[in-house]
Amino acid sequence: MLNEMMPEGMPPAGRRFDPLRQMQRAQADLNRLFGGLRFYPATEFPSLNLWTSPDGAIIAAEVPGVASEDLDITIQRDTVTVRGNRPPEPVDDRTVVQRQERPHGPFARTIVLPFRVDADKASARFERGVVTLTLPRPEDDKPHQIKVTRS
Amino acid sequence: MNQITSNGPSAVTELTSTAPIFTPPADILEKGDTVVMLLDVPGADPASLDVTLDKRILTIAARVTSDAPQGYAAAHIEFRDGTYERRFVFSEQMDGEHIDATLKDGVLRLTVPKAADTAAKKISVKAE
Repeated sequence: MLNEMMPEGMPPAGRRFDPLRQMQRAQADLNRLFGGLRFYPATEFPSLNLWTSPDGAIIAAEVPGVASEDLDITIQRDTVTVRGNRPPEPVDDRTVVQRQERPHGPFARTIVLPFRVDADKASARFERGVVTLTLPRPEDDKPHQIKVTRS
Repeated sequence: MNQITSNGPSAVTELTSTAPIFTPPADILEKGDTVVMLLDVPGADPASLDVTLDKRILTIAARVTSDAPQGYAAAHIEFRDGTYERRFVFSEQMDGEHIDATLKDGVLRLTVPKAADTAAKKISVKAE
C-alpha cells in the first residue's frame, strides 16, 4: 500500500547496487554544492564615479560597511587617494559560514586628475555607504576665457 | 540548515522601469538558532527597502536613486542607479514575524530566527 503513494522517480528499494544511480546521486550532490555559486569579477574596490567641470571634480565611491572614521582620504596636488579597511564579520566557533561574497580587508584606490585640487576647499560627504568628494580647482588654476575683440 | 539557494531576480516583481537590476553580494552566517545575512546595498534608499518572507522564500529589494551633480559632466562611471534584488530559499521554516532588519552605511543586516516549532526531531531507535 505504501508503495503506491511513492512519487515517480523514487529509487528502487533494496540493497541492489546500481552504479548509474550512484553517479546520478553524486552529480546531484555536486550540483547542489556549486549551484548557488556566483563568480564576481575581481573589480577594483571601491567602485568610483567621476564627474568633471571647469570648476573641479566630484568623485563618488561605493564603500558599504566602512565607517566614516575608518575612511582616509588624502589629496596631494592632483592626486586623490581613498583608503580604508572593511573588517570581516566576527566569526566564533559556533558560527557556520554559509556564504561569503562580500569583499573585506584593507583597500586603496588612487585617482589622478588632469588638474590641481584646492585641498583646503575640498569636502567629503558620507551617506548610505557612498562617499562623495567635492574637489574644487584653485581659483588661479581655473581656465579663463578670453574674449576676442575685432579691431 | 545545510542549504540556502539563491535565485535570480524574482519573477513575482513586475518591472515598471528599465532600470538595471543588481545582485547585492551577501554573507550568510548561521549562529545557533538565527541566521545573520549581510548584503552590500550602497546607496539604497531606506524607504524603498522591501524585505519579505513568503513561506521559505526571502526576497530583498531596494532602489538606488541619486542626483547627478548639476553643472558637471560624467567623465568615468562605474556604478549606476537601479534596483537591488535577490531571493533566497531557506531549507527550513523561518520565523517571519521576528526578522530584524537594519540598514547602516549601505549594508543591510538581517537577523532571521528559525521557527521554533518546526525543529527537526530525532527519533532514537532501540535495537533489540
